[in-house]
Amino acid sequence: MSLKVNNLKVYYQTLRGDVKALDGATFTIADGEIMGLAGESGCGKSTLSNSLILLKPPMRFVGGKVELDNEELPIWDMEKMNDFRFKKISTIPQYAMNAMNPIRKIGKMVSEILKSKKVDFKSTLPELKRRLDLVELSHDVLNMYPIELSGGMKQRMVMVLSTLMNPSLLMADEITSALDVSTQKAVAKMLVEFRDREFVKKLMVITHDISILYQIADSIMIMYAGKLAEKAPTSVIINSPRHPYTKLLISSLPDIGVKYSQKKLTGIPGKPPMLLIPPTGCRFRERCPVAFQKCLNEEPPFVEIKKGHFIACWKEFEKNA
Amino acid sequence: MTKPKKRINEFLYFALKNKRLRVGLSVVLFFLILALVGPLLTDYKWDDYVGPAYHPPSYEYWFGTTTFGQDVFTQFILGLKASFLVGIIGGGIGTLIGVLVGFTAGYHGGMIDEFLNMLTNIVIVIPTLAILLIISVYLKVRGVLIESIFIGFTAWPWAARAIRAQTFSLRSRDFVDLARISGIRPLKIMFTEIAPNMMSYLLMTFILQFGGAILIAATLDFIGLGPTNAISLGLMMNLAVLWGALPLGMWWWFIPPGAAIAAIVGALYLTNVGLDEVFNPKLRKL
Amino acid sequence: MLELEKISKIYKTGTFGGKKLLAVNKVSFEVKDGEVISLIGESGSGKSTIGKMILGLISITSGTIKLNGVDIATLKGGALKNYYRNVQGVFQDPFSSYNPVFKADRIFRIIREEFFPKIKIDEWNKKIDSSLRAVGLNPDQVLNKFPHQLSGGQLQRFLIARALLLDVQFLVADEIISMLDASTRIDVLNLLAELKSRGLSILFITHDLSLGYYISERSMILYRGGVVEMGSTEQVYYHPLHPYTKMLIASVPRLDKKWEEVEVKLKEKHSELSTGCAYYERCLFADKDKDCAKGPPLIEAESGHFVACSHYMEINESF
Repeated sequence: MSLKVNNLKVYYQTLRGDVKALDGATFTIADGEIMGLAGESGCGKSTLSNSLILLKPPMRFVGGKVELDNEELPIWDMEKMNDFRFKKISTIPQYAMNAMNPIRKIGKMVSEILKSKKVDFKSTLPELKRRLDLVELSHDVLNMYPIELSGGMKQRMVMVLSTLMNPSLLMADEITSALDVSTQKAVAKMLVEFRDREFVKKLMVITHDISILYQIADSIMIMYAGKLAEKAPTSVIINSPRHPYTKLLISSLPDIGVKYSQKKLTGIPGKPPMLLIPPTGCRFRERCPVAFQKCLNEEPPFVEIKKGHFIACWKEFEKNA
Repeated sequence: MTKPKKRINEFLYFALKNKRLRVGLSVVLFFLILALVGPLLTDYKWDDYVGPAYHPPSYEYWFGTTTFGQDVFTQFILGLKASFLVGIIGGGIGTLIGVLVGFTAGYHGGMIDEFLNMLTNIVIVIPTLAILLIISVYLKVRGVLIESIFIGFTAWPWAARAIRAQTFSLRSRDFVDLARISGIRPLKIMFTEIAPNMMSYLLMTFILQFGGAILIAATLDFIGLGPTNAISLGLMMNLAVLWGALPLGMWWWFIPPGAAIAAIVGALYLTNVGLDEVFNPKLRKL
Repeated sequence: MLELEKISKIYKTGTFGGKKLLAVNKVSFEVKDGEVISLIGESGSGKSTIGKMILGLISITSGTIKLNGVDIATLKGGALKNYYRNVQGVFQDPFSSYNPVFKADRIFRIIREEFFPKIKIDEWNKKIDSSLRAVGLNPDQVLNKFPHQLSGGQLQRFLIARALLLDVQFLVADEIISMLDASTRIDVLNLLAELKSRGLSILFITHDLSLGYYISERSMILYRGGVVEMGSTEQVYYHPLHPYTKMLIASVPRLDKKWEEVEVKLKEKHSELSTGCAYYERCLFADKDKDCAKGPPLIEAESGHFVACSHYMEINESF
């Protein structure tokens, strides 16, 4: 069983036309897989995760097919998606820790959410308590208001809530960026624990922090300007990436042990293209050190060049041929 | 690549496109023009005895006549003018005081804020009706101006609170800190950095004060605490009720003024909602 | 050049200001000419508060800050303005640092009005030009634009260019790259390193240890308002002595190795003023009998390497 996304296109409606924020994503996440989704701001990763669970204006569904466990997800229909949300597909959105109603006690909030999904609170309570133990939260939090919890505690609470119904797919959007380093590690490890205990079957972890992905993800997918650039097992992406963008991205990351005076790192000159009228051909060609004529004319398809290693780059296809 | 439209054009585009803004502004403008042009349509004064009493609307007397034979239409037009005057003067004074107090309190914080807060709360709590009753005993002759001033000086706290909250939030933004480490003095920062950001807020505050002033004036006039030497919409309603328009079924005397007040104030609030959508890009529907 | 001596900041909280929040607790350090020192801490450590006190944005409760020997608390009026010629800051959120109603280069105009009122237009434009080029920006591409038309990286470099227009000797960089994309981060970081080689001193405030390692000579670890460890970057990163520092370094996600299995006690919501070691509640080696309850001072463990833990020697032996 898996998540199969086929040529998904979601645009943003603006006054001046459609912004092609997500322009044809095709990938699969298998059961038990933690896939990291990385890229810079504007690459479309949040669009992708948001469109899978709550596709609302100004986002517009343009085309493509999404299948979760052999069942098609009607992501363009907000009403029909209600049956899937929280039970089969769930999300921990960015700033989730600020999304809790400040004047509701947490236990009351949980019971209200469960009620709206037609789930009985009392029968779920024992499991809820077990999960709280797992994330090292005392049962007293159910009687507290959100303001009484620290940032990390709120994040863990939201994690428990989002996974309470054992969804098949869980998406975590930048859940560690606002946390301290020590809490980050705990929260990231909790995600892995949830997968190991089969509370969730598939995980999509969206972040710009690739080092976290190195620690917990099985595979990493890199996005650029609304398109998929490369997807491969984690160690491949970090140690032997093949897409020029991935290579430049990985080599621009400072790590402990790297000093300016010894090895000066470089960034990627230029800016991502505007997606209102995207450039023809490969969207990375303007900043790519190895771009050639074909890159200007034709868009490279996202193709599997080796088992489990997908890439969209004409140069790399040449090497393989 | 398309050049980004100028900000002012973008603003006008959304302003004109916004239904609420269009409807609200049209209604207000309609009554305003009526108030300005109206006096030319009538030769009478509001308290002239022009014709038969209790007369329903007819060709000669468009809005009929009162129990004394006065022309209701004339009263209506002049009353409109009075209401707009109160709105502008009373609303203007209220906004001015509110902005000064709120701005100062919000920017400086500390003891100044505490003091101004206390002042604001005292003014809110003062029973304005009682004070007005006392004033009316001493001032036998009151005009629209006095009424406007009174309203302005008692309605400002609401504006002050809103402005203070907005100033507080702007003050803690990084660009204010940047201005401080550029050596700019606090007063200058208030006017050059914070005020421009609040323009839209100030406009909306004024509109609310304007509408509020008209409403308060109508209420005061209705209970007889309004101007003694002029007619206003509220006074019309007061007189109508006082002189038995209700049991006599003289709807033409009390319905037009009431409806006009409701329409103007309602339209002003509608305009405000529309303006909010225009100023706040997140509320815009495409 | 910049000296902080027992700097403290106490906030009054609660109704009628009864409770006290100790945001910064007797912090002392100094920054020499042309030195980059990293101030590393998580949320609640007081690092931003220290930065703001150096910039005069927050009042100092006790202690002194001296620039070249002059106590900055005594500066008023013209002398204070002079201080800002030498000391400037860049903040975390590039978009919030600009007044959204105006164009971005207004920040240059403000500098001219306040500090160079008599300068001629031509000379001023040349100054702007060279400043922008010094930070790697093309004047034609960035001048005359609104903030929302520029990227985060460009806006931050714009702010650094603004500081360079003055005779700035000391820059407070408060989390300046945390809101930037990975590919632009390194450019701004490299820029800071270049400026350092030209004599600028930088206080690099961050929560990200790998960034601190990249550009700073000395590092300070802050926890809940107090310095727990201080020394050269190599000493602190490769021979951490304080339990908190060790925990931090073990928790940083690296690209070359997986997380070690180190036990970590998670932070709960904490109380305000506490005597004794701030790390006591979470410390795995806390001991009631020893000085933990009294509040350990900074001890010089090896040359230039200070740690605020009374029994660091025993802790490190067990490693």
